[in-house]
Amino acid sequence: MTAKRGADIIVDVLNAEGVDTVFGLPGGAIMEVYDALFNAPFRNILTRHEQAAAHMADGYARATGKVGVVMATSGPGATNLVTGLATAYMDSVPMVAITGQVPRHYIGTDAFQEADVIGITRPITKHNFLVTDIKELPLVIRQAFYIARTGRPGPVLVDIPKDITQQKSEYTIPTDSEVEKSLPGYKPHVEGNYLQIKKAAELIRKAKRPVLYVGGGVIISDASKELQELVELTKIPVTTTNMGKGAFPETHPLALHMLGMHGTYYANMAVYHSDLLIAVGARFDDRVTGKIQEFAPEAKIIHIDIDPASISKNITVDVPIVGDVKIVLQKLIKELKKNPIQWEKARKSWLKQIENWKKEHPLTYIKSDKIIKPQYVIEEIYEVTKGDAIITAGVGQHQMWTAMFYKYSFPRQFLNSGGLGTMGYGFPAAIGAKIARPEKEVFAIEGDGSFIMNIQDIATAVQYRIPIKVVIINNEFLGMVRQWQEFFYDSRYASVCLSVQPDFVKLAESFGAVGLRATKPKEVKKVLQEAMSINDRPVIIDMAVDREENVLPMVPAGKSYREMILNPGEKGKAETMYLVG
Amino acid sequence: MEQEIKTVKIRPEPPKKIGRHVIVVRVQHNFGVLARITNLFASRGYNIESLTVGVTHEPNIARITIVVKGDERIIEQIIKQLRKLIETLRVRDITCIPHIERELVLIKVHTGDEKARDEIMRLVNIFRAKIVDVSTDTYTIEVTGDIDKIEAFIDLLRPFGIKDLARTGTLAISRESAKHKYAKYVE
Ligand SMILES: Cc1ncc(C[n+]2csc(CCOP(=O)(O)OP(=O)(O)O)c2C)c(N)n1
Repeated sequence: MTAKRGADIIVDVLNAEGVDTVFGLPGGAIMEVYDALFNAPFRNILTRHEQAAAHMADGYARATGKVGVVMATSGPGATNLVTGLATAYMDSVPMVAITGQVPRHYIGTDAFQEADVIGITRPITKHNFLVTDIKELPLVIRQAFYIARTGRPGPVLVDIPKDITQQKSEYTIPTDSEVEKSLPGYKPHVEGNYLQIKKAAELIRKAKRPVLYVGGGVIISDASKELQELVELTKIPVTTTNMGKGAFPETHPLALHMLGMHGTYYANMAVYHSDLLIAVGARFDDRVTGKIQEFAPEAKIIHIDIDPASISKNITVDVPIVGDVKIVLQKLIKELKKNPIQWEKARKSWLKQIENWKKEHPLTYIKSDKIIKPQYVIEEIYEVTKGDAIITAGVGQHQMWTAMFYKYSFPRQFLNSGGLGTMGYGFPAAIGAKIARPEKEVFAIEGDGSFIMNIQDIATAVQYRIPIKVVIINNEFLGMVRQWQEFFYDSRYASVCLSVQPDFVKLAESFGAVGLRATKPKEVKKVLQEAMSINDRPVIIDMAVDREENVLPMVPAGKSYREMILNPGEKGKAETMYLVG
Repeated sequence: MEQEIKTVKIRPEPPKKIGRHVIVVRVQHNFGVLARITNLFASRGYNIESLTVGVTHEPNIARITIVVKGDERIIEQIIKQLRKLIETLRVRDITCIPHIERELVLIKVHTGDEKARDEIMRLVNIFRAKIVDVSTDTYTIEVTGDIDKIEAFIDLLRPFGIKDLARTGTLAISRESAKHKYAKYVE
């Protein structure tokens, strides 16, 4: 056995983990590793900002389910990762971040570019490690990958002092079982308690008004097939969270689409009136439940989740089932088939009621042939991509319109920052997704405010010829904040106007990308088609949309579903709908 | 458009019972593991009454005793969050099973006149405490016991003038003698 540099050991272990791409930007403390990457058998993407690198690794991971890898130097390099790590942590994205640290003998001396990265990232990672001995290095990196991708996935950071990357050592790559044994307290495999599954089946048989409330856990656990089988069997209508989009085809007649703050009228009505709510891989986030005391007030709740800490955290549930969603659903289906009832008959009146709600208030908007409506842009993107593209979004109104007006049909199709709500996520995530899935069309639908937060990385997309399409829903506002100001602050538009902005077309061109623009509804389709014909560079499309369009329906923060704002109404006076309690 | 709200339906929630809980955690004795645990309490806003740590007879395992007040949902969350940490080996709430609680306290108390000295000596004897250091006007007393005994002892010494006081926080361990009878309540 020959001794190798720490830096080369890192590359060897990454290679053994099957890594094909790393994203990052070098600096003093991680130079040795970058030197080793020079000969690495995998791809190394140089980004223009570490935050973008983290979001790229995240987009790569969300698009595939594989672990995304990001690298940064110590101090500012590592602190620039913070938002990206927190974003991935909130949405349970498997990621490994490798950061350089100052040499061991400098740690704690306020050395140049020293930051307590372990302390800073502790609450926003699933776990983190400071490597203190080169002998531990291969094991720690393997542990990081194992922890990141198993159980409820999440980002794991490994902080490696520079002197360890330079030091030479003999080493072997630990086997899977050695990795598992080295983490005696970590038991990520859970199959679900049989008695609880039986109880759940009993409740499902008895329910008159059941609803499936589906979250990102179904996608992470690769359980879409099982979910569909359950729905086909029991005819239970399905509403998904923002994170759950794609877990169930939205064109299916039993799809209720999204629930919650910007949920559809019919999804929220169904949940409000349900007598059984089956939460699958979802966590009762406040953006979903609104006022928790009035959330599904008459429903018994079954909650299936791999993370015991998600259960009975925000709401007390009747039947908790801790386990991998895929395995639990398989067992639940088996249990239900043992003792079938006449499902169609049992559902008849409930599904009819839901049909009526769908007719009463479908998801819609006021169309125009004079001004581009943002919702129209999303519908057109759906058309030109035939519903088959991977879509990412920033955060704000455009994110919600993207969630509402594109119909998702497969898992890992819609990538956005649901938990942390990170502006600047969409564009770099699209780059990561396209690198991971080059055969797919990838669209980043961005707000003008969100896009500019990571706009520097157009250079990365051009450098590596990543042919993604960026569509800027340009309202020259921090639109979502403006909407809240209109509704709840008497239209006092404090610090939301973005009327000073670059000419996005020229900006794109100056980077070597293609820039396009539409200012009238009839130009939208043409511009999108033109973009679709370009395959060697990123295309950036500036869509000048109706500036004061609002996202509706809306349940104001902390309110009950009873108080849904449905109609645009007069400016500043959107109409609240009160359901009869 | 606005319709009258007849009745507002509310989800029934179980009543909140606040209690004092003793939670015992075994963890891998790694760098930073204590910071991870205290961070968890700080960032989620849980209130700790005391937290003690020490390595066990196995050098790579540390044992932490946490005393915390909260309603059942909070206690349940704390236990789940503790279990979620990668380095956690075992978490038990031993509040409801027979267990021994001990705390050690060192108290510097002002002695004053002879009468006061006698009185303090009497208390020390009753509480089976020990005087571990003496100066012209101070006794330093060592006492161990459960929380009720400790608090009672401190209260009795207060009138003499406590100059300084150091507490270890509660240590707890389940009673092996009652193990079989209560086995089903553990985990
Ligand atoms: C990093 C970050 N800063 C601030 C916010 C708060 N915020 C939420 S939505 C929003 C406006 C987003 O504006 P834009 O990207 O233009 O999208 P629009 O709402 O106009 O579609 C802001 C500022 C956030 N989510 N993320």
